[in-house]
Amino acid sequence: MSQPKTIVEKIWHNHVVTEEHGKPDLIYIDLHLVHEVTSPQAFEALRSKNRFVRRPELTFATMDHNVPTKNRQEVRDEVSKKQMETLQENCQQFGIELADINHPDQGIVHVIGPELGLTQPGKTIVCGDSHTSTHGAFGALAFGIGTSEVEHVLSTQTLWQAKPKTLNVQVNGNLPVGVTAKDLILAIIGKYGVRFGTGYVIEYTGDAIRSLSMEERMTVCNMSIEAGARAGLISPDETTFAYLRGKRHAPQGECFESAVRKWKSLATDEGAKYDATVEIDASEIEPQVTWGTNPAMCLPISAHVPDPKQALNQNEQQEIQHALAYMDLQPNQAITSIDIDHVFIGSCTNSRLSDLQKAAKIIEGKQVHPSVSAIIVPGSLSVKLQAESEGLDQIFKEAGFEWREAGCSMCLAMNDDIIPPGGRCASTSNRNFEGRQGTDARTHLVSPEMAAAAAVEGRFIDVRHFVKQPV
Amino acid sequence: MEAIRHHTGKVYPLNRTNVDTDQIIPKQFLKRIERKGFGQFLFYNWRFHQDGSKKDSFNLHNDKYIGASILVAGDNFGCGSSREHAPWAIEDYGFKVIIASSFADIFYNNCVKNGILPIQLPAEQVEHIMQQAEQTTYQLHVDLATQRLYDDDDWRISFEVNDYHKQMLMNGWDEIAVTLTYEDKITSYENQTLGV
Repeated sequence: MSQPKTIVEKIWHNHVVTEEHGKPDLIYIDLHLVHEVTSPQAFEALRSKNRFVRRPELTFATMDHNVPTKNRQEVRDEVSKKQMETLQENCQQFGIELADINHPDQGIVHVIGPELGLTQPGKTIVCGDSHTSTHGAFGALAFGIGTSEVEHVLSTQTLWQAKPKTLNVQVNGNLPVGVTAKDLILAIIGKYGVRFGTGYVIEYTGDAIRSLSMEERMTVCNMSIEAGARAGLISPDETTFAYLRGKRHAPQGECFESAVRKWKSLATDEGAKYDATVEIDASEIEPQVTWGTNPAMCLPISAHVPDPKQALNQNEQQEIQHALAYMDLQPNQAITSIDIDHVFIGSCTNSRLSDLQKAAKIIEGKQVHPSVSAIIVPGSLSVKLQAESEGLDQIFKEAGFEWREAGCSMCLAMNDDIIPPGGRCASTSNRNFEGRQGTDARTHLVSPEMAAAAAVEGRFIDVRHFVKQPV
Repeated sequence: MEAIRHHTGKVYPLNRTNVDTDQIIPKQFLKRIERKGFGQFLFYNWRFHQDGSKKDSFNLHNDKYIGASILVAGDNFGCGSSREHAPWAIEDYGFKVIIASSFADIFYNNCVKNGILPIQLPAEQVEHIMQQAEQTTYQLHVDLATQRLYDDDDWRISFEVNDYHKQMLMNGWDEIAVTLTYEDKITSYENQTLGV
């Protein structure tokens, strides 16, 4: 019997175009997702060098980063408008399918890829966006690339890549009731830090991972990059196949069954070796809230903001001091005492239908706190329509949320959805970096449920207690 | 891409860890469709107030760092977003070499593709360089061929860089042109695997 292999080794082996000593491998890319912000310079370079797109049919584009989420027909920002028009022209010239701002398939690139069934187990998937790791939820090797690499893939459908090391993040036990996939990934990053995955591809394994839905798995894999790993994936199983069945770009009928047989064989073999393994006990995880300026600066809701005086070393002390100053928080302050004035539910981490359903359950029959302004930005037009057919939009609107059109929105605030200076947001996105949601704005990363509860209370509260309160 | 073989320059110390690409270039400057001209936006929110006036507290404004071309920073430099606008801004501002105790993967690649040499050194060495540059006007020489870094006072160390990146930087390769010489292999892979 051949040596047991990890899913990463199997996918890699299947995609090597050429390997030479002393060089990275040249690997083939099965799916290239493109958006308006990181592609214009790549297309321009192709044009100036008289090059073409090798496999337009393996390339799919949408507009998400820049698009307005209200008053859609009129993009007021001229520079944004130009960027979107440029994508349109580029896709037209090079024969690439585009879900533009008015297209029914439009949405955040990492939401629509899976939704359309473009994302499939065993594929190599790239996009000029670091959250491409999201697609790893299907057992695909998916990672973010820069614009030069976008150009390289457009032109050659390949990339030079060193074979990555593998890191097994084994999640034992089960998540307690009221604790979500978002809390799980935040707790992992909180425990091991923002760079423990650098140089690795993470494979998430263990009982807690197996029992997650596909949308929850996407939330976990999405934030692999916040742990430093370009890619994070989960071996495909029945949950994966059930999600993909009937999706537009997934194999259909007989072909689907034979695809499933192939996909099953990709899962990591019993006894396969990883370059490193870390473990975490899911049953000990509480709802998480970030207090600082990177995703590892994260604590359970029951905790207190750290005191720089308790830091292990001078570097850590400085980091905490910087973060507290930026976040305008006091050492030892209870997380539950932090007042917020903005809530954002959306982003490629948490804007899928189940995220909105879970937030709606919390918010139903309640009112957004008078000092809070709250928005819901569905991940795609399709998510928006499904949510509306279930009446979720009504629940949110009656509670005082704004119900918007699909896009990246306030996750990176490239469009008009910006937190004002000094504002403080409970956000379901993935990055709490300085200025991420607006210059001098403060971001606390949480799950959709925790964001919804914070919207009502005007401060952070343990959503598990919140649910128990009589309506 | 401009080749880099040997470089001598003044060191600018950015004594922070986990500097993410949102800090290197904030999102409001990612809307342009050009590759040039991003240097003015480098570390924008650290350099400037909302009204566009300089934040004097930020040390890049210090006279002794004017014209610096070697940036030294703490662990995990360039983490976060894959935006290549970050190395574009760094390069356009005038930096050719970045020294840090570790780099984020995507950022490292993006640097190499833009003719910026990222040098990873042990934390103590980074600390040494950082202190020198904070105290005086500190100049370093980088020789990529021999993988050596030295100052004017006989302090010298060697650094690691993988051979592929080294050749690319030293020759200023157009990587796509290189890959296109493998076109037969790509086509044969497609024929075998995709049944094209």
